[in-house]
Amino acid sequence: MTTTPRLDERSKHLRRVIVRVLQKARRGHVGAAYSLIEILRVLYDDVLRYNPQDPRWPGRDRCILSKGHGCLALYALLADKGFFPAAELDKFCAADGILGGHPDAGKVPGVEASTGALGHGLPIGLGMALHLRLAGSGARVFVVLGDGECNEGSVWEAAMCAGKHRLTNLTAIVDYNKHQSYASTKEVQDLEPFADKWRSFGFEVREVDGHDVAALRQTLTGVPFAADKPAALICHTVKGKGVRFAENNMKWHHKNKVTDPEVEALLTAIEDA
Amino acid sequence: MRENCLKMVYELAKQDERVVFIGSDLGVGVLSEFKKEIPARFFMEGVSEQNLVGVAAGMAMEGRVVYLNTIATFLSRRCYEQVAVDLCLHNVNVRLIANGGGVVYAPLGPTHLAIEDVAIMRALPNMTVVAPADAAEMVRFMKVSVDHPGPIYIRVAKGHDPVVTSDTGPFVIGKAVPMRAGDEVLITTTGVGLQVSLAAAEKLATAGVEAAVLHFPTVKPLDTDALHAHAERAAVIVSAEEHTVIGGLGSAVAEYLAETDLLNGRRFKRIGIPDVFPSIYGDQNGIMRKYGISADNIAAQAQTLLAGRPGKAVRVAA
Repeated sequence: MTTTPRLDERSKHLRRVIVRVLQKARRGHVGAAYSLIEILRVLYDDVLRYNPQDPRWPGRDRCILSKGHGCLALYALLADKGFFPAAELDKFCAADGILGGHPDAGKVPGVEASTGALGHGLPIGLGMALHLRLAGSGARVFVVLGDGECNEGSVWEAAMCAGKHRLTNLTAIVDYNKHQSYASTKEVQDLEPFADKWRSFGFEVREVDGHDVAALRQTLTGVPFAADKPAALICHTVKGKGVRFAENNMKWHHKNKVTDPEVEALLTAIEDA
Repeated sequence: MRENCLKMVYELAKQDERVVFIGSDLGVGVLSEFKKEIPARFFMEGVSEQNLVGVAAGMAMEGRVVYLNTIATFLSRRCYEQVAVDLCLHNVNVRLIANGGGVVYAPLGPTHLAIEDVAIMRALPNMTVVAPADAAEMVRFMKVSVDHPGPIYIRVAKGHDPVVTSDTGPFVIGKAVPMRAGDEVLITTTGVGLQVSLAAAEKLATAGVEAAVLHFPTVKPLDTDALHAHAERAAVIVSAEEHTVIGGLGSAVAEYLAETDLLNGRRFKRIGIPDVFPSIYGDQNGIMRKYGISADNIAAQAQTLLAGRPGKAVRVAA
């Protein structure tokens, strides 16, 4: 794995958008969102076909954030692309807002499925992919999973089924930041050999530095990775990426009562990233 | 009933391109004609109920009407969160065909007995719960199942149950079916509790007691209009079902009666499986009899309630 390039201005901007959300709401899954930003940025900037003015356009690619707790990164991208007014970000988790602590497809334009309970996104995405193939659509399905989420048996039930159907219109992307809520994935439930697991379930697998925008772009624009298999992309990431003091720091997995000095510290750290 | 239900899925699939069938790991040859004639919309995806419900939801979000079939316990308990989140929260058109609701799988023991399925399905927002009493009613229900908005839990009985609903007209989801008139006792029931309740009403008639039987092939939404009208006329009310007494039709009826003050001056009794895992094997009828879901017991309980009415000289302990 090569050394991750420094974060560019767009990656810093998206992180600052999330800081502004934290400043208002004083809470959020910071670490989980920051490890995701480059993955979602590349998907929405370079890979997915969609129309923010017509979020349900039948020809769109479906993107499901199965690790729903990373929603701050998704909200930042969806607002950036114009799915909803950026002012909604100021009402994160507010009673009169549409943006909750987990994404709700019934409320948020651009959210394909309500997630938050882990292990749901891949089965749903699989159902969509089966339908799209049956319907002769060229639309593709991308499901973004967390590493801790891959503890769920339903992920592997779906993986087995996707492998059986040789669904080339389905791509599973794992944000492998090596940390879950309690401790490291190695300590809680080791996923290794992770790539081999996906391979053995019938996926063509690639691994990439999940913060290297150029590498992500090159890999994700190349799906499917094989002519007769679903694709799995394991993105090696850093939890809390871009904020030195939050990186791999479990206190920032989910942060409550974010203070003004912490907001300042976050913004300063992002500038230095 | 199951055969007729699945045959209807095939018929519906021939008429409507939206219709898809998903099974888990069903018996050899199930829906073989469907598989042969419409293979693209026939899926048999293994013993993985959590995945199956998610897949069904994903297809339904895209506009399909998905009929998903496996054993009731595994379609309710095993994947409850998927049913709640993927189906009910998204309010999608997936029909859960739940084989062997109640104690149909008596010989197989408590792992295969779905005695609380109606309760847990009833608790989910957007979920419709139906339990036809016989194959004829199942066929009529299936005809109207395609265009009903939102998820449906379909409780399938053992099969070859006596057909008692042949004259009840088209199935209307959410409507109760008055099966027998009578002004002293009201028996509310669902599923194959209907046949038992009709037999109980016969017994009561022999004893000179007129019992109405109100059948709820749809448990949710509950037809409270029909319940209200029948309850007003009755002196005592008994609810009989092949289900735990906690949370099923009896609970739904009790909740409504209590909240509308219809229990004032009327005695009420739930008949069903008590708060236990059934402790015997044998067969469905045997377990039902053991726990009092029988014509004799329903009639006896009704008589006891009648004897214990306020104003009656003799009170009999329930």
